[in-house]
Amino acid sequence: MTAVVAEHDDHHDHHDHGPEKGILRWIITTNHKDIGTMYLVFGLIMFFVGGTMALIIRSELFEPGLQFVDPQFFNSMTTMHALVMVFGAVMPAFVGLANWMIPMMIGAPDMALPRMNNMSFWMLVAGVLLLAATLFMEGGAPAGGWTLYPPLVLQTGKALPFAIFSVHMLGISSIMGAINVIATIFNMRAPGMTLMKMPLFVWTWLITAFLLIAIMPVFAGAVTMLLTDRFFDTSFFNAAGGGDPVLYQHIFWFFGHPEVYVMILPTFGVASTIIPVFARKPLFGYASMVYATAAIAFLSFIVWAHHMFTVGLPIAGELYFMYATMLIAIPTGVKVFNWTATMWKGEMTFETPMLFSIAFVVLFTMGGFTGLMMSVAPADFQYHDTYFIVAHFHYTLVPASIFILMASGYYWLPKWTGNMYDERIGRLHFWLSAISVNILFFPQHFLGLAGMPRRIPDYAIQFADWNMVSSIGAFIYGFSQLLFVYIVIDTIRGGTGKATAEVWEDASKHGLEWTVPSPAPYHTFTTPPEIIPTEHV
Amino acid sequence: MSQDLERKNSKIVTKLVLVVLVMFGFGYALVPLYDVLCDITGQNIKLQASADSETEFTVDESREITVEFITAINEKTPMEFRAETRTMKVHPGKYYTVNFYAKNITNNPIKAQAIPSISPGLAEEFFKKIQCFCFETQTFQAKEEKKMPVRFAVNPKLPERYKTITLSYTFFDRTNIIEN
Repeated sequence: MTAVVAEHDDHHDHHDHGPEKGILRWIITTNHKDIGTMYLVFGLIMFFVGGTMALIIRSELFEPGLQFVDPQFFNSMTTMHALVMVFGAVMPAFVGLANWMIPMMIGAPDMALPRMNNMSFWMLVAGVLLLAATLFMEGGAPAGGWTLYPPLVLQTGKALPFAIFSVHMLGISSIMGAINVIATIFNMRAPGMTLMKMPLFVWTWLITAFLLIAIMPVFAGAVTMLLTDRFFDTSFFNAAGGGDPVLYQHIFWFFGHPEVYVMILPTFGVASTIIPVFARKPLFGYASMVYATAAIAFLSFIVWAHHMFTVGLPIAGELYFMYATMLIAIPTGVKVFNWTATMWKGEMTFETPMLFSIAFVVLFTMGGFTGLMMSVAPADFQYHDTYFIVAHFHYTLVPASIFILMASGYYWLPKWTGNMYDERIGRLHFWLSAISVNILFFPQHFLGLAGMPRRIPDYAIQFADWNMVSSIGAFIYGFSQLLFVYIVIDTIRGGTGKATAEVWEDASKHGLEWTVPSPAPYHTFTTPPEIIPTEHV
Repeated sequence: MSQDLERKNSKIVTKLVLVVLVMFGFGYALVPLYDVLCDITGQNIKLQASADSETEFTVDESREITVEFITAINEKTPMEFRAETRTMKVHPGKYYTVNFYAKNITNNPIKAQAIPSISPGLAEEFFKKIQCFCFETQTFQAKEEKKMPVRFAVNPKLPERYKTITLSYTFFDRTNIIEN
């Protein structure tokens, strides 16, 4: 469809009070749209901070030998890149989307706990700043990998307690955000919006929020144990005192595996929202999507040791975790099937959000397949800690979570700003991203299979060619993301014209957010909307 | 916001905060749970508290297993530590004694704990130690040297595929560890 551009639809809603004036608006705001915007902008900034770290890594790996940074700093970069991207970019961006869209999708005037909402955002900022501060401390930022495995991480210099407190703050922030999402969805739905009428984005976020509440405290506990081991002479992970470093890995991955689904389930939700609109069909298999999401969330809690096949698990453990992990392919396969079936014989058009979503379906499936390869315990001994795993999880995060975040940017930007973005530049951004992301990550499969270990600043010369290709891809990918920043700014300033309330053809059939004017007024659904039966049930 | 909604919100928040606290506790509960699971699977020796009982085996003269001894000291443990025998051929079922040498290189007394590790891990259950300095924390006076024996046997039931067993010890400084 071509976006319907309205002429001079200057339609301002009149409300009792609008936003505060000046900078104070952003500091003290309790408005879900303001907080959502701050989360999204913060996530985008951190995406570039983490991206810069990735480019430092790829510059160093462009050629064998040590060129630009010393190995300690290189290791700090791999560690901080991961922490910044996970806790600073992807999670906040999805919380931002949740803030903006969940109240509008379920017909609520705001989030259930607006003041806590403000607090969780500012706590996130404080946590990330604390984490960033470790870069300038004696001994450098944490460099033992984002998994913070002892005993290596205990050798971190002055930065260790700061990194741990930062994790605590990020955890508290996520938990507050999750409690808010659950309270909003359970208590604030418009009359008639039954659970099985909720858009899938809302469903996936509900399940994600439960995951967060279950795992963030466990992670907080694990890092607290690291803290007391280092400073208070406890021996949770210290072999001399009867502890075991492998215990940390179990606790960490009990958190860590659901954590990766925290980043992918909302991704599934957005994809399930966008694809039907541009295929002009209701989502295929709505109920099965909900059940598949719940099944994936449940399975995520019982597969953690597949990250630890090489630590010396009992054979029974290896087998159990292998088969349990393989099970995840079933609900995930249901989802991929449903997205494909939604597009099947649809009247598809290929605007930027749809392009990113289709690329997500294809490339995420590839990332899923490599995951399935690594679930095979005996084979994993070859893949473990090589670039193969790096390629795998980047395929499930970059062309999946990041692509879908970009898609949601394009999809909802007209609703947020009231203006249409420039479709030509959007498509250019898509094609540059989709091609370069494969140049960037696909060769890493070859490197990993050939035995190149991850987290090393230098490598044997037989790995030189594919590393160079990968680095070239990284630079194209990294710089083409600047187009997105340009588009966001350009759209805020007017873009290619005013957007209609519906923005996309017949979008109002797919979600309540398209029934309010564009830009969405500061307060929406102060009186609950009437819920008409939607097509997906 | 209506009062009814406020009540519903505070109710759900209370419940969810409770879940958060329970899960924080669960993280800590994994610590003893892990010990129990290791015990059941017999997979992880961690700190072995007592010696294996001295069982009489029928000595299998037809087989020879190579046993290697590796020593290491953890990061900041101020000790010298080495095995007096690097490698030896043993017959399954027969008891042998090897000596390890350790010295405190500081002028202060230290407490240190040796942590054993056996490779390949699956051979561990067939490796019997009836005497070992690793069963208890060792105290070293200033500059004290010690000769410490390990008495062991390889169970003749050790599967045929194992030809070499490596026993490694790492000394950890325990001077500042809280005893429980």
